[in-house]
Amino acid sequence: MKCITINNRKVTFTDEKNVLTIIRKVGIDLPTFCYHSELSTYGACRMCVVEDDRGRIFAACSETPRDGMVIYTNTPRIQHHRKMIIELLLASHCRDCTTCKASGDCKLQQYAVEMGVDTVRFQNTRKELPVDDSSQCIVYDPNKCILCGNCVRTCDEIQGMGIINFAFRGADTRISTAFGKKISETKCVGCGQCRVFCPTGAITIKQDINPVWKAINDPEVRVVAQIAPAVRVAIGDKFGIPKGQNSLGKLVAALHHVGFDEVYDTNFGADLTVMEESRELLERLESGKNLPLFTSCCPAWVKFLETRHPEFKDNVSTCRSPQQMFGALLKEDARLNEVDKRKTVVVSIMPCTAKKAEITREEHFTDGCQDVDYVLTTTETIRMIKAAGINLAYVPEESLDMPFGLASGAGAIFGVTGGVTEAVLRRLVNSTRVEDLESISFTGIRGFDGIKEATVKIGDKDVKIAVVSGLKNADELLNRIKAGQVHYDFVEVMACRRGCIAGGGQPVPIGNHTKQARYDGIYNVDKQSPIKLSNENPIITNVYNGILKGKEHKLLHNR
Amino acid sequence: MLDQSFYSKTDEIINTYGVDASSLIPVIQDIQAEYRYLPPELLLYVAKRLGISEAKAYSVATFYENFSFEPKGKYVIKVCDGTACHVRKSVPILERLYSDLGLSREKQTTDDMLFTIETVSCLGACGLAPVLTVNDKVYKAMTPDKATELIKELKEGE
Repeated sequence: MKCITINNRKVTFTDEKNVLTIIRKVGIDLPTFCYHSELSTYGACRMCVVEDDRGRIFAACSETPRDGMVIYTNTPRIQHHRKMIIELLLASHCRDCTTCKASGDCKLQQYAVEMGVDTVRFQNTRKELPVDDSSQCIVYDPNKCILCGNCVRTCDEIQGMGIINFAFRGADTRISTAFGKKISETKCVGCGQCRVFCPTGAITIKQDINPVWKAINDPEVRVVAQIAPAVRVAIGDKFGIPKGQNSLGKLVAALHHVGFDEVYDTNFGADLTVMEESRELLERLESGKNLPLFTSCCPAWVKFLETRHPEFKDNVSTCRSPQQMFGALLKEDARLNEVDKRKTVVVSIMPCTAKKAEITREEHFTDGCQDVDYVLTTTETIRMIKAAGINLAYVPEESLDMPFGLASGAGAIFGVTGGVTEAVLRRLVNSTRVEDLESISFTGIRGFDGIKEATVKIGDKDVKIAVVSGLKNADELLNRIKAGQVHYDFVEVMACRRGCIAGGGQPVPIGNHTKQARYDGIYNVDKQSPIKLSNENPIITNVYNGILKGKEHKLLHNR
Repeated sequence: MLDQSFYSKTDEIINTYGVDASSLIPVIQDIQAEYRYLPPELLLYVAKRLGISEAKAYSVATFYENFSFEPKGKYVIKVCDGTACHVRKSVPILERLYSDLGLSREKQTTDDMLFTIETVSCLGACGLAPVLTVNDKVYKAMTPDKATELIKELKEGE
């Protein structure tokens, strides 16, 4: 058995790829900016330096563990070095912490406090650079960048996009798009993963809080919220609620307090999507045309496909995403309302930054009217709730409003990779027997693998399915399909690895423990839901027989 | 928009090195040698051909001082400002060249595309300090007056 000594304690290890992993396993949370277990090791920030018994100082993230190593993690020399790094970083960093959007989530701020950096002795000689707020999804402020390169590696290694990279050299180094183009002029899909991995306030979410407050405070406006599946298991993170716990009831109450007139569940929109998408799949299986059918719930994925693989355009489902279906339905309902003549504003509470761009796409206007007016990410919603002085942890739960406040467990699992597929399969198998539900969940579509495959018998046909998360995986799969190496009938893609639970608008940090807790949380929502199938949701039946009658295509589809 | 000939030339260069990410630097070096600068359109074209992201190619091209996205003049004058040249008064030479040609640190190439003035950190010819080069021809032990004379000669040679 291999063994290293950390701070005079013997620790065994097996195949850990670096010393840092072993150190963290014994509960020592060495600071890091540039290390992330899902990204390649970069070794730039030097925060995780440790000292060995010969006085050699090295970065734990990029050192392979060897049997018999003796390591100290907290010697005066190391403390001095770490503190100096923070001081140097702060010297050329914007220090307006109180007005920074990342305040409270910023690692630089956190480490400066923890290491007791109370003065900065060096002069800031860095030239102030312009902020890029051209994207509808994210804002890039180069003045808050510490050049850890996490965004570069995320965009390249996980998403396969390569929109940003380092440019120039030495003191002039900065993160830039090719030729310094604005982000909106690049092929950026707005997934926001760079923001999730950014340790400071250099990449933040584009804020839409102010116009929402304005709508809420206008008595002539009826403000309606819809809450996406992955929000309820993440929003509690910033209120001391255990990770992954379903906070829907509390969130509904908080939003009522904030001033939303009605609060609904996007899971209901997801139920609509299941109905439409499963019908579409059957039609395509019947005709054999435009297979595989690609899901269309994820706007970052849709934009990716349109810009990088336009030849697959006709394979994308014509279904609108749950957010857009529900938005169109809510607006139609408002148009038909003879009594309430207030203007209706639909606000989506989403785990996603790309949703902010989805709402302004030209096909998401019904008769010239925008179906969803604003998207607030989970993170922005937390800010609004806190600004209203509400503590989510202590608010008594409230139930969703009627007439649309009921959703199935199939709608709930849209928030995690494999969920859309599972929900559609439940509808197609159309059985509530526990064995049948379980046999669907055990086909291999659950779990965190980037590319999952399954074959399911529907009627007398074997339907081949792929479930993908992460755009680099999606790119790989599309290339394989194009080359004729693989064939599928149905392909679900979510742009973010592991699905919306780790979306670009979710509260950070999102480590492995957090992801697992949110994943379990989503399936718990499903487990506790009395309705498992979208088609068994009585309100779904109602709307198809009522408000949607004859308008299914107009309100729920794009083409 | 660049003429089609630029792209066929680039294809030719790429073919000599092979379609591989590792060919990036030699390819753009050859492009720069051909046109005396690296046209941005060609950098993006090379990135696409070699399967590199545009941002990555831009990253490499901006890392090396040698690559220029601006067209350079017919005569590229590199004034050495390494330690040895600096102490032997290279700065007055640079300033004279700037004032003679109406250039500055920000504007390095004359409008008639004849001259480009650059500074380099060391040419490795410290024994000849202060030194400058014109298109790789070395001029040793320069003074501001010699520099003025040199410019005059080059202009007359045109």
